[in-house]
Amino acid sequence: MKQHPPKKVRSDLNPSRLLTFKIDDRDVTAHEDETILSVARQNNIIIPTLCHLDGLSERGACRLCIVEVRGSTKLLPACVTFPRQDMEIITNSKRVINYRKKILELLFTERNHVCSVCVANGHCELQNLAVELGVDHVRYPYLYPRHDVDASHSRFCIDHNRCVLCLRCVRVCDEIEGAHTWDIMGRGMTSKVITDLNQPWGTSETCTGCGKCVQVCPTGALTEKGKSVAEMSKRRQFLPYLQMMRGRQGGSWQK
Amino acid sequence: MTLNIEDLQQIARIEKSKKDGFQHRINVCLAAGCLSCGSGLIKEALEKEVTRRGLDSWCKITGVGCLGLCAEGPLLSLPTSGSYYQGVQVSDVPEILDSLNGSPVARLVCPAETPFFQRQVRIVTENCGRIDPERIEEYIAEDGYAGLYQALTQMTPQEIIDQVSGSGLRGRGGAGYPTGLKWMSMAKAMGSTKFIICNGDEGDPGAFMDRSVLESDPHRVIEGMVIAGYATGANQGFIYVRAEYPLAVKRLRLALSQAERMGMIGNNIFNTSFHFNLQVRLGAGAFVCGEETALIASIEGRMGRPRPRPPFPVEFGLWDHPTMINNVETLANIAPIIRRGSQWFAGIGTEKSKGTKVFALAGKVVNTGLIEIPMGTSLRDIVFAIGGGIPQGGRFKAVQTGGPSGGCIPEQFLDMPVDYDSLAQVGSIMGSGGMIVMDASSCMVDVARFFMEFCMSESCGKCVPCRVGTRQIYDILGKITASRATMAEFTMLEDLCDLIKNTSLCGLGQSAPNPVLTTLKYFRDEYLAHIHDRQCLAGACKKAEEVL
Amino acid sequence: MLAEGINPNATALPATSPAQDHRLRMVNRTMQLYRNEPHGLIETLHTVQESFGYLEEPILRYVAAALQVPLSRVYAVATFYHSFTLRPPGEHTCVICRGTACYIGGSGQILDRIKEKVGIATGETTADGKVSLLEARCLGSCGLAPAGVFDGEVTGKLSPEKVLEKIGRWQHHDPEH
Ligand SMILES: Cc1cc2nc3c(=O)[nH]c(=O)nc-3n(C[C@H](O)[C@H](O)[C@H](O)COP(=O)(O)O)c2cc1C
Ligand code: FES
Ligand code: FES
Repeated sequence: MKQHPPKKVRSDLNPSRLLTFKIDDRDVTAHEDETILSVARQNNIIIPTLCHLDGLSERGACRLCIVEVRGSTKLLPACVTFPRQDMEIITNSKRVINYRKKILELLFTERNHVCSVCVANGHCELQNLAVELGVDHVRYPYLYPRHDVDASHSRFCIDHNRCVLCLRCVRVCDEIEGAHTWDIMGRGMTSKVITDLNQPWGTSETCTGCGKCVQVCPTGALTEKGKSVAEMSKRRQFLPYLQMMRGRQGGSWQK
Repeated sequence: MTLNIEDLQQIARIEKSKKDGFQHRINVCLAAGCLSCGSGLIKEALEKEVTRRGLDSWCKITGVGCLGLCAEGPLLSLPTSGSYYQGVQVSDVPEILDSLNGSPVARLVCPAETPFFQRQVRIVTENCGRIDPERIEEYIAEDGYAGLYQALTQMTPQEIIDQVSGSGLRGRGGAGYPTGLKWMSMAKAMGSTKFIICNGDEGDPGAFMDRSVLESDPHRVIEGMVIAGYATGANQGFIYVRAEYPLAVKRLRLALSQAERMGMIGNNIFNTSFHFNLQVRLGAGAFVCGEETALIASIEGRMGRPRPRPPFPVEFGLWDHPTMINNVETLANIAPIIRRGSQWFAGIGTEKSKGTKVFALAGKVVNTGLIEIPMGTSLRDIVFAIGGGIPQGGRFKAVQTGGPSGGCIPEQFLDMPVDYDSLAQVGSIMGSGGMIVMDASSCMVDVARFFMEFCMSESCGKCVPCRVGTRQIYDILGKITASRATMAEFTMLEDLCDLIKNTSLCGLGQSAPNPVLTTLKYFRDEYLAHIHDRQCLAGACKKAEEVL
Repeated sequence: MLAEGINPNATALPATSPAQDHRLRMVNRTMQLYRNEPHGLIETLHTVQESFGYLEEPILRYVAAALQVPLSRVYAVATFYHSFTLRPPGEHTCVICRGTACYIGGSGQILDRIKEKVGIATGETTADGKVSLLEARCLGSCGLAPAGVFDGEVTGKLSPEKVLEKIGRWQHHDPEH
């Protein structure tokens, strides 16, 4: 059983076949291999996302992009769900909006997100989501875990207190840079992103120092050194381009 | 070596006549439960004593699989006289041998006329405790591999699937998905490389049916898998077993090498063109790896984190190839269905749940152990007739089924027939078949907290609601049991349960609130007593000031 | 195995004694069984744990190089699964089951008493390095709840007294036990 035949792309989805369906009562059309999220974005319908990033493989993990389908009580993550002919998607019902708010609040309680002292203040996707979803207070108790800051790398810094475990850094490092320096150790609440054998980032033998992980990080967890409060804005225009150039459709990191 | 039917029958005949050649046979249970009370020593002592007395050709000592009544171990059975001995010590050995021709040793006799033995209907466990799991010949002597022979030589894949569908067999791994339907999708799945996986992860704490089957009758599962492979066009199988079951792993590996040697797996099975390979893979202590996509990730050598479905494993599974996952007990039902026909199987059980189910009865009940009963048996029969009721005159309070994904069923539903649909109706699930009986000394809030702690530490951490939500629920339950919670927190508890149930990525999160939801529904007064009166009705929880 | 310089994970193992060589051979054998492919990682880690008692860092590097799995992935797998441990265990190990049946049967009290009398919680080892305490999620011996494993031997129907006695004997170096 040496080599398993090469991986297949999803052959059940035919990219040349078109279908029509509805998002929030608007008729839209899509290729079979486009996700609900991407069709919504093409039509300027906003669905909040966090773990999704154009140019990386999908994880369907943050659950902020959940939408409803008329006639079903099941909620579907828009970033990994493909539409069906005549499906009726609702992106903004009270029910999903409420759930999204609560999920975001849970994220805020999980670690120590203190925006006022954060270098990413004002450029943070978590912060923007809170504004977008109207989360002005958090109903659940904060858990105040103790996490480290690793400043051992000469140019970058990671503050685990601000990590939301979206694993964009892990994916970009594996799928685009090809180094796979990052991964995630442990499980559940004790999960933590690590470099190599959970060693200080500065001592990593595999890190190329490319800084892609810093650019894709949605919060102030991964930052460049020498930035002070609110200075860390991120550049990620390069991603879809690199994904295309490196010809790694979908990504191999984790399905 | 490739066998044909005559060879099989020949092996069976020799084996049977060997058995009949002995005047007496003593079966010693060597499954994990009895082994841990020293049954290995007893078998040794029996063998030594038999040899010492020169009775080797008169009395045969066999190590067998689980006899069911694990709590009273070590157990022996004497198939020639039909009696059972319980709590046997090494010092009892001479007496047992002395008594073989006379009346049994009264002090050790385990009454076999009790409902515990009489009410059971054995299909999956028909060989458990009767054959030596480490010898393929004994399995063959009990019609083993005859189903496979029949399937490969006389039936088309479609006919097999028809039999399985017609039997009404539903998946024993939890959700109760119709097995025939799953096989049909798998048969239709496109691709020349397909995999079958047997799910022996059995992570539900308090369940040990799959362990018992694997330890007591491993060939039955192998036979089921090869039939499944032939019916669905798969040529490669994996048996995924928890690392916590070393004995099951050892016996499975042994069984595999025996089956391979006899040509039941490998190339040209029974001189047909069908070939099938089988491997054992070990888990490593993660409950979530029972979930199909996580299990696949684990076999691929990665962390067992589930991924969103669809695509389902039947289309995109192991290494992206069509993969079918069946539970151990599901597969153990296959060979009898092929041998005896779907009508026979469909005649057992209820309208929508056919056949039997093995339950692991544990907790506050007299007869803890393994039972196999027809679907539709009432809870009362299980707990009181078969289980022998609550020990020390205690009072029944609830029974928990389905483990961390299931719920607690109170007294008022005792007469409910146990099948997939009735259990779902009261908010629980069949799960893999763990059944924990609780008496008045158990606080239901504490039980809910126990399960939430389990889900919290087993959550893979991928999706936010399950990762953080289970922790928040656990904290609130902790406050309630310490009598420090407020009504606002109580409301938040219900709200969080609803959130996790509806928004989590995989079955673990979606079902994690079930123990809380069912106890909230049936034992709400216990929650409120902790909050309003700052007391635990069961007297099990310590108050905050006592804890500090 | 691998060409020099291709894999940055490849590091020489520290000088080994003959006994260690034997253990390494076991690890190599497992990896070969899976043809040095990444999907053999979990089985290989099982072998490492069996032969070395825990997952030592140099061995993790060695396995990563041999199976061509990134270092961080090896570490991630080793910490995701609870069967693996990265710290050397004590001379003796005591595993107490905290599955449902055992919990209902009182395994919580046993753990409490061990903590109180011996001073170790789950995952900890006594200061003298004699005894490690671990927890299991159901040993499948629920019929004998509460159950535990003492140096690999499953024992049922435990009580705090029985467990403390056993641990006491280990601590007071009774070679018989
Ligand atoms: C969190 C979780 C744990 C599970 N654990 C098990 C398990 O231990 N054993 C099992 O057979 N199925 C388990 N399942 C169910 C399997 O995913 C799968 O549905 C089953 O093995 C299918 O087999 P069946 O059709 O024969 O029931 C689990 C599911 C979830 C979501
Ligand atoms: S963006 Fe879809 S789940 Fe995170
Ligand atoms: S619950 Fe402890 S052995 Fe099953």
